[in-house]
Amino acid sequence: MKDISLFLGCLIPNRYPGIEKATKLILERLGIKWSELKEASCCPAPGIFRSFDKITWLTIASRNLVIAEEKNTDILTICNGCFSSLMDANCILKNDSHIRNDVNAHLKKINKEFIGTIEVRHIIEFLYKEIGPHDLSKFIEKPLEINVAVHYGCHLLKPTKERKLGGFECPVFFDELVEATGAKSVQYESKTSCCGAGGGVRSAMLETSYKMTEYKLERIKKAGVDCIVDACPFCHLQYDSGQVELARSGAVYDIPVVHYTQLLGLALGYSPEDVGLHLNKIKSKPFLEKIARTQKTSHVAYLK
Amino acid sequence: MKNSELSTCFQCGTCHASCPSGRYTSLNIRKIVRDSVKKDVSDANELWMCTTCFNCQERCPRGIKITDAVLTLRSEAARKGKILPAHRKVCKFLIETGHSIPIDEVHITIREKIGLGSPETVYKYPTGLKEIKILLRSTGFDELIKE
Repeated sequence: MKDISLFLGCLIPNRYPGIEKATKLILERLGIKWSELKEASCCPAPGIFRSFDKITWLTIASRNLVIAEEKNTDILTICNGCFSSLMDANCILKNDSHIRNDVNAHLKKINKEFIGTIEVRHIIEFLYKEIGPHDLSKFIEKPLEINVAVHYGCHLLKPTKERKLGGFECPVFFDELVEATGAKSVQYESKTSCCGAGGGVRSAMLETSYKMTEYKLERIKKAGVDCIVDACPFCHLQYDSGQVELARSGAVYDIPVVHYTQLLGLALGYSPEDVGLHLNKIKSKPFLEKIARTQKTSHVAYLK
Repeated sequence: MKNSELSTCFQCGTCHASCPSGRYTSLNIRKIVRDSVKKDVSDANELWMCTTCFNCQERCPRGIKITDAVLTLRSEAARKGKILPAHRKVCKFLIETGHSIPIDEVHITIREKIGLGSPETVYKYPTGLKEIKILLRSTGFDELIKE
């Protein structure tokens, strides 16, 4: 395995930087060698750019891939959308010489060329395959005594033929990583259903997208969990902002939303502020009190 | 997506039953894909109601790449100028900043507060942004999304 370059994308550095900080903290703690993917751009977002023009989508994605090729590192993503764009583009460009030639003709104008020497990884499958739940649990300093609803997100799993992570109907690898932190992954109805954000639906049809979010939230609420754990800042945004919007029409869920890197950070002993939980819109006091009890320190100060 | 592949559909409706959007919207994925074989569906708003979750494609008993077909139909619509204002805005962000969601003042301040500097992206490196602009001109994307 090559060393990794961390691909930030847009939403994490520009809207949820707490996830970026949590990711960097956990990578350091786990002793994973990483560096920044300097000069990277938008992946570009699969829902919109792949919809409009395939060659543009591939060309912008290929530039990000080539920056990693030039460094001889694999790319690590912390977003299902970035994973989807970069992994699919990498796969298409490696396997289709006609498309590769087309894209390289554009890249030539900035003195770059796609060769096809690196892999694109997602933090969840990366931790699962490279460390594994059993060895990961050895790093845990503050086992989390909480119940969580795991949300895989569509593009971590699908299309399954390209992802090669098993079936999408009842996946378990993410749940196993969550349970390595001490948390219990509670089963709930329609667990692998979409959050509603993807495909450009959130940006163009916000109300419609929130109907899909509410479908999920109703079922998550019924499961009686302390928080939602996701692997994608777009799903994260959809659940976090979605709950604020839905509360305006009287539907109060008040379920905190936690990216896996933040959950793992808590279990490694970092405070909720360290991992950026205070930057979420949904700030549930009972949840933070429970985390504080688990960590046996008081981290609820910022709510006062 | 070849029309011949779409015409192997036997209208079982598994795709529509698996569609999280179709539960709330007028998107009937079975119908729009069938219609696309015989006529131009570029004007259909339903094309943009798909979250690209891939459920339909994964569960299709014929193995038809339904989500991929939606993406192809969307790009045909885009070439005819059928781009929703919100999507056009996101495209302009990419052309101007290299990001579909650019950073703002609020988040620059938040980053500083939590000990993160400027993100190591094209935001910090103007040479990188210049490359994005060259590529988007080269592929004709800036022309495609012009109003």
